[in-house]
Amino acid sequence: MDLTLKVWRQENAKAKGKFEKYQIKNISPDSSFLEMIDALNEQLIQDDKDPVAKEPVAFDHDCREGICGMCSLYINGRAHGPDEEITTCQLHMRKFKDGDTIVIEPWRANGFPVIKDLMVDRQAFDKILQSGGFISANTGNAPDANAIPIGKDKAEEAMDAASCIGCGACVATCKNSSAMLFVASKVSQLALLPQGKHESVKRAHAMIAKMDELGFGHCTNTGACEVECPKGISLDHIARLNREFLAANLMP
Amino acid sequence: MLKFLNSSIGKKFLMSLSGLFLLTFLLVHLILNSFILFDSSGALFNQAAHFMATNPIIKVVEPVLAIGFILHIFYAIILTLHNLTTRPVGYDKQKLGHSSSWSSRNMFILGLVVLTFLVIHVANFFWKIKFTGDELLEHGVVDGVENAYLLVTTFFIDWWWIVITYVIGSIALGLHLFHSVWSAFQTLGFSNQLWRRRLTLIALVVSIVIAGGFALIPLWVKISSML
Repeated sequence: MDLTLKVWRQENAKAKGKFEKYQIKNISPDSSFLEMIDALNEQLIQDDKDPVAKEPVAFDHDCREGICGMCSLYINGRAHGPDEEITTCQLHMRKFKDGDTIVIEPWRANGFPVIKDLMVDRQAFDKILQSGGFISANTGNAPDANAIPIGKDKAEEAMDAASCIGCGACVATCKNSSAMLFVASKVSQLALLPQGKHESVKRAHAMIAKMDELGFGHCTNTGACEVECPKGISLDHIARLNREFLAANLMP
Repeated sequence: MLKFLNSSIGKKFLMSLSGLFLLTFLLVHLILNSFILFDSSGALFNQAAHFMATNPIIKVVEPVLAIGFILHIFYAIILTLHNLTTRPVGYDKQKLGHSSSWSSRNMFILGLVVLTFLVIHVANFFWKIKFTGDELLEHGVVDGVENAYLLVTTFFIDWWWIVITYVIGSIALGLHLFHSVWSAFQTLGFSNQLWRRRLTLIALVVSIVIAGGFALIPLWVKISSML
Protein backbone atom coordinates (compact mmCIF):
# COMPACT_ATOMS: atom_id res chain seq x y z
CA MET A 1 0.00 0.00 0.00
CA ASP A 2 1.13 3.54 -0.79
CA LEU A 3 -0.06 6.18 1.65
CA THR A 4 0.14 9.90 2.35
CA LEU A 5 0.55 10.67 6.06
CA LYS A 6 -0.33 14.00 7.60
CA VAL A 7 1.47 13.89 10.94
CA TRP A 8 1.53 16.41 13.80
CA ARG A 9 5.11 17.46 14.54
CA GLN A 10 5.96 19.44 17.65
CA GLU A 11 9.48 19.96 19.02
CA ASN A 12 8.51 20.10 22.71
CA ALA A 13 5.70 21.13 25.06
CA LYS A 14 6.33 24.85 24.53
CA ALA A 15 6.97 24.83 20.78
CA LYS A 16 4.27 25.60 18.25
CA GLY A 17 3.56 22.44 16.28
CA LYS A 18 2.45 21.97 12.70
CA PHE A 19 1.40 19.23 10.30
CA GLU A 20 4.01 17.58 8.10
CA LYS A 21 3.19 15.48 5.04
CA TYR A 22 5.03 12.25 4.29
CA GLN A 23 4.76 9.72 1.44
CA ILE A 24 5.23 6.08 2.34
CA LYS A 25 5.34 3.13 -0.04
CA ASN A 26 5.00 -0.66 0.05
CA ILE A 27 3.21 -1.00 3.39
CA SER A 28 1.75 -4.44 3.95
CA PRO A 29 -1.99 -4.44 4.67
CA ASP A 30 -1.24 -6.98 7.40
CA SER A 31 1.12 -4.71 9.32
CA SER A 32 -0.16 -2.90 12.37
CA PHE A 33 -0.55 0.86 12.46
CA LEU A 34 2.45 1.23 14.77
CA GLU A 35 4.58 -0.95 12.47
CA MET A 36 3.63 1.43 9.68
CA ILE A 37 4.93 4.37 11.78
CA ASP A 38 8.08 2.34 12.51
CA ALA A 39 8.56 2.04 8.75
CA LEU A 40 8.02 5.79 8.38
CA ASN A 41 10.65 6.49 11.05
CA GLU A 42 13.12 4.16 9.35
CA GLN A 43 12.53 6.04 6.13
CA LEU A 44 13.03 9.40 7.88
CA ILE A 45 16.28 8.31 9.51
CA GLN A 46 17.74 6.84 6.32
CA ASP A 47 16.64 9.66 4.01
CA ASP A 48 19.80 11.61 3.18
CA LYS A 49 18.22 14.03 0.74
CA ASP A 50 16.25 16.00 3.33
CA PRO A 51 18.35 16.69 6.45
CA VAL A 52 15.60 18.78 8.11
CA ALA A 53 13.04 16.00 8.33
CA LYS A 54 15.48 13.45 9.74
CA GLU A 55 14.10 13.45 13.25
CA PRO A 56 11.84 10.36 13.68
CA VAL A 57 8.23 10.83 14.78
CA ALA A 58 7.87 10.38 18.56
CA PHE A 59 4.88 8.29 19.63
CA ASP A 60 3.87 6.30 22.71
CA HIS A 61 3.80 2.51 22.67
CA ASP A 62 4.75 -0.37 24.93
CA CYS A 63 3.24 -3.86 24.89
CA ARG A 64 1.72 -3.72 21.38
CA GLU A 65 -0.78 -6.32 22.55
CA GLY A 66 -3.66 -3.98 23.33
CA ILE A 67 -3.44 -4.32 27.10
CA CYS A 68 -1.02 -1.71 28.46
CA GLY A 69 -2.83 1.49 27.49
CA MET A 70 0.33 3.23 26.38
CA CYS A 71 -0.45 3.83 22.70
CA SER A 72 -2.73 6.69 21.77
CA LEU A 73 -3.12 8.60 18.46
CA TYR A 74 -6.14 10.33 16.99
CA ILE A 75 -6.33 8.80 13.52
CA ASN A 76 -8.55 10.21 10.78
CA GLY A 77 -10.78 11.90 13.32
CA ARG A 78 -11.20 9.00 15.73
CA ALA A 79 -9.38 7.94 18.90
CA HIS A 80 -7.40 4.73 18.18
CA GLY A 81 -8.49 4.96 14.54
CA PRO A 82 -11.25 3.46 12.41
CA ASP A 83 -12.04 0.22 14.22
CA GLU A 84 -14.17 -0.77 17.22
CA GLU A 85 -12.90 -1.60 20.72
CA ILE A 86 -9.21 -1.72 19.89
CA THR A 87 -6.10 0.22 20.77
CA THR A 88 -3.93 1.77 18.03
CA CYS A 89 -1.42 -1.09 18.21
CA GLN A 90 -4.22 -3.51 17.32
CA LEU A 91 -5.33 -1.41 14.35
CA HIS A 92 -4.21 -2.93 11.06
CA MET A 93 -3.46 -1.27 7.76
CA ARG A 94 -6.13 -3.37 6.01
CA LYS A 95 -8.61 -0.89 7.53
CA PHE A 96 -7.26 1.68 5.05
CA LYS A 97 -7.21 1.81 1.26
CA ASP A 98 -4.25 2.12 -1.06
CA GLY A 99 -3.62 5.80 -1.80
CA ASP A 100 -5.39 7.06 1.35
CA THR A 101 -4.33 10.19 3.20
CA ILE A 102 -4.19 9.48 6.94
CA VAL A 103 -4.30 12.32 9.47
CA ILE A 104 -2.43 11.43 12.67
CA GLU A 105 -2.79 13.72 15.68
CA PRO A 106 -1.94 13.47 19.39
CA TRP A 107 -4.68 13.40 22.08
CA ARG A 108 -5.92 16.98 22.41
CA ALA A 109 -6.95 18.08 25.89
CA ASN A 110 -6.05 20.62 28.50
CA GLY A 111 -5.22 17.78 30.90
CA PHE A 112 -2.95 16.05 28.35
CA PRO A 113 -0.25 18.49 27.18
CA VAL A 114 1.87 17.39 24.22
CA ILE A 115 5.41 16.32 25.19
CA LYS A 116 6.71 15.86 21.66
CA ASP A 117 5.08 15.11 18.29
CA LEU A 118 2.38 12.51 19.04
CA MET A 119 3.30 11.87 22.70
CA VAL A 120 1.15 13.42 25.40
CA ASP A 121 1.61 13.66 29.16
CA ARG A 122 -1.07 11.56 30.84
CA GLN A 123 0.15 12.06 34.41
CA ALA A 124 -3.18 13.71 35.17
CA PHE A 125 -4.73 10.21 35.28
CA ASP A 126 -2.09 9.07 37.79
CA LYS A 127 -2.84 12.11 39.94
CA ILE A 128 -6.55 11.27 39.92
CA LEU A 129 -5.75 7.70 40.95
CA GLN A 130 -3.41 8.86 43.71
CA SER A 131 -6.19 11.03 45.13
CA GLY A 132 -8.45 8.07 45.93
CA GLY A 133 -8.25 5.15 43.50
CA PHE A 134 -7.09 2.65 46.12
CA ILE A 135 -8.25 0.81 49.23
CA SER A 136 -6.68 1.22 52.67
CA ALA A 137 -5.80 -2.24 53.96
CA ASN A 138 -3.11 -3.75 56.13
CA THR A 139 -0.50 -5.48 54.07
CA GLY A 140 0.81 -8.86 55.04
CA ASN A 141 0.21 -12.34 53.75
CA ALA A 142 -2.11 -12.55 50.77
CA PRO A 143 -5.60 -13.39 52.06
CA ASP A 144 -7.29 -16.61 51.03
CA ALA A 145 -8.84 -16.17 47.58
CA ASN A 146 -12.36 -17.16 48.59
CA ALA A 147 -12.39 -15.72 52.12
CA ILE A 148 -14.92 -13.07 51.01
CA PRO A 149 -17.63 -14.52 48.77
CA ILE A 150 -18.65 -12.15 45.95
CA GLY A 151 -21.67 -12.66 43.68
CA LYS A 152 -20.94 -13.52 40.06
CA ASP A 153 -22.77 -10.51 38.61
CA LYS A 154 -20.99 -8.04 40.92
CA ALA A 155 -17.62 -9.64 40.20
CA GLU A 156 -18.28 -9.42 36.46
CA GLU A 157 -19.33 -5.77 36.63
CA ALA A 158 -16.28 -4.87 38.72
CA MET A 159 -14.06 -6.70 36.25
CA ASP A 160 -15.66 -4.83 33.33
CA ALA A 161 -14.82 -1.54 35.04
CA ALA A 162 -11.34 -2.77 35.93
CA SER A 163 -10.59 -3.48 32.27
CA CYS A 164 -9.89 0.26 31.84
CA ILE A 165 -6.28 0.59 30.72
CA GLY A 166 -6.13 4.35 31.29
CA CYS A 167 -5.21 5.17 27.68
CA GLY A 168 -7.16 8.44 27.65
CA ALA A 169 -9.25 7.81 24.53
CA CYS A 170 -12.34 8.89 26.49
CA VAL A 171 -10.84 12.33 27.18
CA ALA A 172 -9.44 12.61 23.66
CA THR A 173 -12.74 11.85 21.96
CA CYS A 174 -15.03 13.80 24.31
CA LYS A 175 -16.08 17.15 22.88
CA ASN A 176 -15.60 18.58 26.39
CA SER A 177 -12.38 16.65 27.20
CA SER A 178 -14.14 15.13 30.19
CA ALA A 179 -12.43 12.37 32.18
CA MET A 180 -15.67 11.00 33.61
CA LEU A 181 -15.47 7.55 32.00
CA PHE A 182 -11.96 7.00 33.38
CA VAL A 183 -12.87 8.21 36.88
CA ALA A 184 -16.12 6.25 36.77
CA SER A 185 -14.41 2.98 35.92
CA LYS A 186 -11.85 3.48 38.67
CA VAL A 187 -14.59 4.29 41.21
CA SER A 188 -16.80 1.42 40.03
CA GLN A 189 -14.17 -1.30 40.13
CA LEU A 190 -13.72 -0.65 43.85
CA ALA A 191 -17.20 0.47 44.88
CA LEU A 192 -18.72 -2.78 43.61
CA LEU A 193 -16.52 -4.98 45.79
CA PRO A 194 -16.69 -5.37 49.60
CA GLN A 195 -13.03 -4.37 49.99
CA GLY A 196 -13.62 -1.02 48.35
CA LYS A 197 -17.18 -0.31 49.36
CA HIS A 198 -16.73 1.35 52.75
CA GLU A 199 -14.39 4.01 51.38
CA SER A 200 -16.47 4.67 48.27
CA VAL A 201 -17.96 7.95 49.49
CA LYS A 202 -14.58 9.43 50.38
CA ARG A 203 -13.12 8.09 47.14
CA ALA A 204 -15.78 9.60 44.85
CA HIS A 205 -15.31 12.93 46.63
CA ALA A 206 -11.53 13.00 46.32
CA MET A 207 -11.33 11.77 42.73
CA ILE A 208 -13.96 14.20 41.41
CA ALA A 209 -12.27 17.10 43.20
CA LYS A 210 -8.94 16.13 41.62
CA MET A 211 -10.52 15.66 38.17
CA ASP A 212 -12.09 19.16 38.35
CA GLU A 213 -8.83 20.67 39.58
CA LEU A 214 -6.81 19.27 36.66
CA GLY A 215 -8.86 21.13 34.05
CA PHE A 216 -10.93 18.35 32.49
CA GLY A 217 -14.32 19.32 31.10
CA HIS A 218 -17.83 18.57 32.31
CA CYS A 219 -19.57 15.44 31.06
CA THR A 220 -22.60 16.20 28.86
CA ASN A 221 -23.51 12.54 28.37
CA THR A 222 -22.88 12.50 24.63
CA GLY A 223 -21.70 8.90 24.97
CA ALA A 224 -18.76 9.26 22.55
CA CYS A 225 -16.30 7.93 25.17
CA GLU A 226 -18.12 4.63 25.46
CA VAL A 227 -18.01 4.09 21.68
CA GLU A 228 -14.31 4.93 21.33
CA CYS A 229 -13.15 3.18 24.53
CA PRO A 230 -10.88 0.28 23.46
CA LYS A 231 -12.29 -1.78 26.33
CA GLY A 232 -15.93 -0.85 25.69
CA ILE A 233 -16.49 0.48 29.21
CA SER A 234 -20.14 1.35 29.70
CA LEU A 235 -21.69 4.72 30.60
CA ASP A 236 -23.51 2.83 33.36
CA HIS A 237 -20.36 3.28 35.41
CA ILE A 238 -20.71 7.06 35.06
CA ALA A 239 -24.25 6.76 36.43
CA ARG A 240 -22.81 4.82 39.39
CA LEU A 241 -20.14 7.48 39.93
CA ASN A 242 -22.86 10.17 39.92
CA ARG A 243 -24.82 8.13 42.47
CA GLU A 244 -21.77 7.69 44.68
CA PHE A 245 -20.95 11.38 44.45
CA LEU A 246 -24.50 12.59 45.12
CA ALA A 247 -24.75 10.17 48.06
CA ALA A 248 -21.42 11.47 49.35
CA ASN A 249 -22.73 15.03 49.33
CA LEU A 250 -26.45 14.88 49.93
CA MET A 251 -26.41 12.04 52.51
CA PRO A 252 -23.09 12.48 54.28
CA MET B 1 -22.98 22.33 50.29
CA LEU B 2 -21.29 25.24 48.53
CA LYS B 3 -18.39 22.96 47.68
CA PHE B 4 -20.85 20.47 46.20
CA LEU B 5 -22.53 23.13 44.06
CA ASN B 6 -19.14 24.25 42.77
CA SER B 7 -18.09 20.75 41.72
CA SER B 8 -18.66 19.58 38.15
CA ILE B 9 -21.29 17.02 39.16
CA GLY B 10 -22.96 19.53 41.51
CA LYS B 11 -23.52 22.01 38.69
CA LYS B 12 -24.81 19.25 36.42
CA PHE B 13 -27.10 18.10 39.24
CA LEU B 14 -28.82 21.50 39.26
CA MET B 15 -28.88 21.49 35.45
CA SER B 16 -30.74 18.17 35.31
CA LEU B 17 -33.14 18.95 38.19
CA SER B 18 -34.12 22.30 36.68
CA GLY B 19 -34.41 20.65 33.26
CA LEU B 20 -36.75 17.94 34.53
CA PHE B 21 -38.83 20.60 36.29
CA LEU B 22 -39.11 22.57 33.04
CA LEU B 23 -40.17 19.36 31.29
CA THR B 24 -43.17 18.98 33.66
CA PHE B 25 -44.11 22.57 32.79
CA LEU B 26 -43.94 21.75 29.08
CA LEU B 27 -46.26 18.76 29.53
CA VAL B 28 -48.87 20.84 31.39
CA HIS B 29 -48.53 23.62 28.82
CA LEU B 30 -49.06 21.19 25.93
CA ILE B 31 -52.15 19.65 27.52
CA LEU B 32 -53.73 23.10 27.95
CA ASN B 33 -52.76 24.20 24.43
CA SER B 34 -54.26 21.07 22.92
CA PHE B 35 -57.70 22.43 23.95
CA ILE B 36 -57.34 24.74 20.93
CA LEU B 37 -57.53 21.64 18.72
CA PHE B 38 -60.54 20.12 20.46
CA ASP B 39 -62.86 23.10 20.66
CA SER B 40 -62.99 25.51 17.71
CA SER B 41 -65.35 27.87 19.57
CA GLY B 42 -62.43 28.62 21.90
CA ALA B 43 -64.50 28.40 25.10
CA LEU B 44 -62.57 25.40 26.46
CA PHE B 45 -59.15 27.00 25.88
CA ASN B 46 -60.31 30.33 27.32
CA GLN B 47 -61.54 28.60 30.48
CA ALA B 48 -58.19 26.82 30.83
CA ALA B 49 -56.19 30.01 30.23
CA HIS B 50 -58.36 31.88 32.73
CA PHE B 51 -57.89 29.11 35.29
CA MET B 52 -54.11 29.23 34.86
CA ALA B 53 -54.06 33.02 35.16
CA THR B 54 -56.14 33.16 38.33
CA ASN B 55 -55.42 29.92 40.23
CA PRO B 56 -53.48 30.70 43.46
CA ILE B 57 -51.33 27.53 43.13
CA ILE B 58 -50.21 28.62 39.67
CA LYS B 59 -49.41 32.08 41.04
CA VAL B 60 -47.03 30.43 43.52
CA VAL B 61 -45.52 28.11 40.88
CA GLU B 62 -44.97 30.93 38.38
CA PRO B 63 -41.95 32.50 40.13
CA VAL B 64 -40.58 28.99 40.81
CA LEU B 65 -40.80 28.34 37.08
CA ALA B 66 -38.93 31.57 36.39
CA ILE B 67 -36.22 30.45 38.83
CA GLY B 68 -36.09 27.10 37.03
CA PHE B 69 -35.49 28.82 33.71
CA ILE B 70 -32.86 31.15 35.19
CA LEU B 71 -30.99 28.27 36.90
CA HIS B 72 -31.06 26.15 33.77
CA ILE B 73 -29.78 28.97 31.54
CA PHE B 74 -27.24 30.21 34.10
CA TYR B 75 -25.65 26.79 34.59
CA ALA B 76 -25.78 26.06 30.84
CA ILE B 77 -23.64 29.16 30.28
CA ILE B 78 -21.24 28.35 33.16
CA LEU B 79 -20.76 24.72 32.06
CA THR B 80 -20.43 25.53 28.36
CA LEU B 81 -17.92 28.33 28.96
CA HIS B 82 -15.73 25.94 30.95
CA ASN B 83 -16.05 23.21 28.34
CA LEU B 84 -14.88 25.63 25.66
CA THR B 85 -11.55 26.03 27.50
CA THR B 86 -10.72 22.35 27.92
CA ARG B 87 -9.23 21.81 24.45
CA PRO B 88 -6.89 24.74 23.71
CA VAL B 89 -5.62 23.16 20.45
CA GLY B 90 -8.38 21.59 18.42
CA TYR B 91 -8.28 18.57 16.12
CA ASP B 92 -7.65 18.93 12.41
CA LYS B 93 -10.04 16.11 11.61
CA GLN B 94 -12.78 14.87 13.91
CA LYS B 95 -15.49 12.30 13.19
CA LEU B 96 -17.82 12.74 16.14
CA GLY B 97 -20.85 11.67 14.17
CA HIS B 98 -19.68 8.10 14.51
CA SER B 99 -19.79 8.10 18.30
CA SER B 100 -22.48 10.55 19.42
CA SER B 101 -25.76 12.08 18.25
CA TRP B 102 -25.90 15.55 16.73
CA SER B 103 -28.33 16.85 19.33
CA SER B 104 -26.16 15.66 22.23
CA ARG B 105 -23.26 17.70 20.87
CA ASN B 106 -25.32 20.82 20.19
CA MET B 107 -27.41 21.18 23.33
CA PHE B 108 -26.27 24.76 23.94
CA ILE B 109 -27.07 25.89 20.39
CA LEU B 110 -30.44 24.13 20.52
CA GLY B 111 -31.01 25.80 23.89
CA LEU B 112 -30.24 29.20 22.36
CA VAL B 113 -32.77 28.58 19.57
CA VAL B 114 -35.38 27.57 22.15
CA LEU B 115 -34.56 30.63 24.27
CA THR B 116 -34.92 32.96 21.26
CA PHE B 117 -38.24 31.34 20.49
CA LEU B 118 -39.26 31.68 24.14
CA VAL B 119 -38.65 35.45 24.09
CA ILE B 120 -40.78 35.80 20.92
CA HIS B 121 -43.47 33.55 22.39
CA VAL B 122 -43.66 35.43 25.71
CA ALA B 123 -43.86 38.77 23.87
CA ASN B 124 -46.63 37.41 21.62
CA PHE B 125 -49.01 36.09 24.24
CA PHE B 126 -47.97 35.90 27.90
CA TRP B 127 -46.88 39.54 28.09
CA LYS B 128 -50.13 40.79 26.53
CA ILE B 129 -52.39 38.62 28.68
CA LYS B 130 -50.51 39.34 31.88
CA PHE B 131 -49.44 42.97 31.55
CA THR B 132 -50.25 45.12 28.54
CA GLY B 133 -53.60 43.67 27.43
CA ASP B 134 -54.86 43.53 23.87
CA GLU B 135 -58.13 44.53 22.23
CA LEU B 136 -58.58 40.98 20.90
CA LEU B 137 -58.68 39.74 24.52
CA GLU B 138 -61.71 41.95 25.22
CA HIS B 139 -63.75 40.47 22.34
CA GLY B 140 -66.85 38.66 23.62
CA VAL B 141 -65.77 38.42 27.27
CA VAL B 142 -67.97 35.97 29.20
CA ASP B 143 -67.96 36.13 33.04
CA GLY B 144 -64.58 37.90 33.04
CA VAL B 145 -62.93 35.12 30.99
CA GLU B 146 -60.69 36.84 28.45
CA ASN B 147 -60.69 35.72 24.84
CA ALA B 148 -57.14 34.30 24.74
CA TYR B 149 -58.26 31.93 21.96
CA LEU B 150 -58.95 34.84 19.63
CA LEU B 151 -55.57 36.44 20.40
CA VAL B 152 -53.70 33.18 19.68
CA THR B 153 -55.57 32.14 16.55
CA THR B 154 -55.57 35.64 15.01
CA PHE B 155 -51.81 35.72 15.38
CA PHE B 156 -51.31 32.44 13.57
CA ILE B 157 -53.90 33.16 10.86
CA ASP B 158 -52.49 36.62 10.08
CA TRP B 159 -48.81 35.77 9.74
CA TRP B 160 -47.17 32.79 8.08
CA TRP B 161 -43.77 33.67 9.54
CA ILE B 162 -45.15 33.35 13.07
CA VAL B 163 -46.35 29.83 12.23
CA ILE B 164 -42.92 28.97 10.77
CA THR B 165 -41.15 30.43 13.82
CA TYR B 166 -43.29 28.27 16.10
CA VAL B 167 -42.58 25.14 14.07
CA ILE B 168 -38.82 25.81 14.14
CA GLY B 169 -38.96 26.47 17.89
CA SER B 170 -40.83 23.19 18.41
CA ILE B 171 -38.31 21.19 16.38
CA ALA B 172 -35.37 22.69 18.29
CA LEU B 173 -37.14 21.89 21.55
CA GLY B 174 -37.75 18.32 20.40
CA LEU B 175 -34.08 17.78 19.52
CA HIS B 176 -33.08 19.31 22.86
CA LEU B 177 -35.40 16.96 24.74
CA PHE B 178 -34.30 13.93 22.72
CA HIS B 179 -30.89 14.06 24.38
CA SER B 180 -31.87 15.59 27.70
CA VAL B 181 -34.42 13.17 29.13
CA TRP B 182 -32.03 10.22 29.57
CA SER B 183 -29.11 12.57 30.18
CA ALA B 184 -30.86 14.20 33.16
CA PHE B 185 -31.53 10.83 34.78
CA GLN B 186 -27.97 9.68 34.05
CA THR B 187 -26.61 12.76 35.85
CA LEU B 188 -28.84 12.01 38.81
CA GLY B 189 -27.37 8.51 38.85
CA PHE B 190 -30.64 6.89 37.80
CA SER B 191 -29.53 4.74 34.90
CA ASN B 192 -28.16 1.30 34.21
CA GLN B 193 -28.08 -1.10 31.28
CA LEU B 194 -31.84 -1.66 31.40
CA TRP B 195 -33.00 1.84 32.34
CA ARG B 196 -30.80 3.46 29.74
CA ARG B 197 -32.74 1.69 27.00
CA ARG B 198 -36.08 2.51 28.64
CA LEU B 199 -35.19 6.16 29.21
CA THR B 200 -33.91 6.72 25.67
CA LEU B 201 -37.18 5.26 24.38
CA ILE B 202 -39.15 7.52 26.73
CA ALA B 203 -37.02 10.44 25.50
CA LEU B 204 -37.92 9.64 21.90
CA VAL B 205 -41.64 9.47 22.69
CA VAL B 206 -41.57 12.62 24.85
CA SER B 207 -39.67 14.65 22.25
CA ILE B 208 -41.95 13.55 19.40
CA VAL B 209 -45.11 14.26 21.43
CA ILE B 210 -43.92 17.66 22.64
CA ALA B 211 -42.32 18.87 19.41
CA GLY B 212 -45.12 17.41 17.28
CA GLY B 213 -47.84 18.75 19.57
CA PHE B 214 -46.50 22.28 19.77
CA ALA B 215 -45.85 22.41 16.03
CA LEU B 216 -49.26 20.99 15.17
CA ILE B 217 -51.26 23.71 16.95
CA PRO B 218 -50.18 26.75 14.85
CA LEU B 219 -50.23 24.62 11.67
CA TRP B 220 -53.72 23.36 12.46
CA VAL B 221 -55.05 26.84 13.21
CA LYS B 222 -53.52 28.30 10.05
CA ILE B 223 -54.50 25.47 7.71
CA SER B 224 -58.05 25.07 9.05
CA SER B 225 -58.59 28.82 8.56
CA MET B 226 -57.67 28.45 4.89
CA LEU B 227 -60.09 25.57 4.19
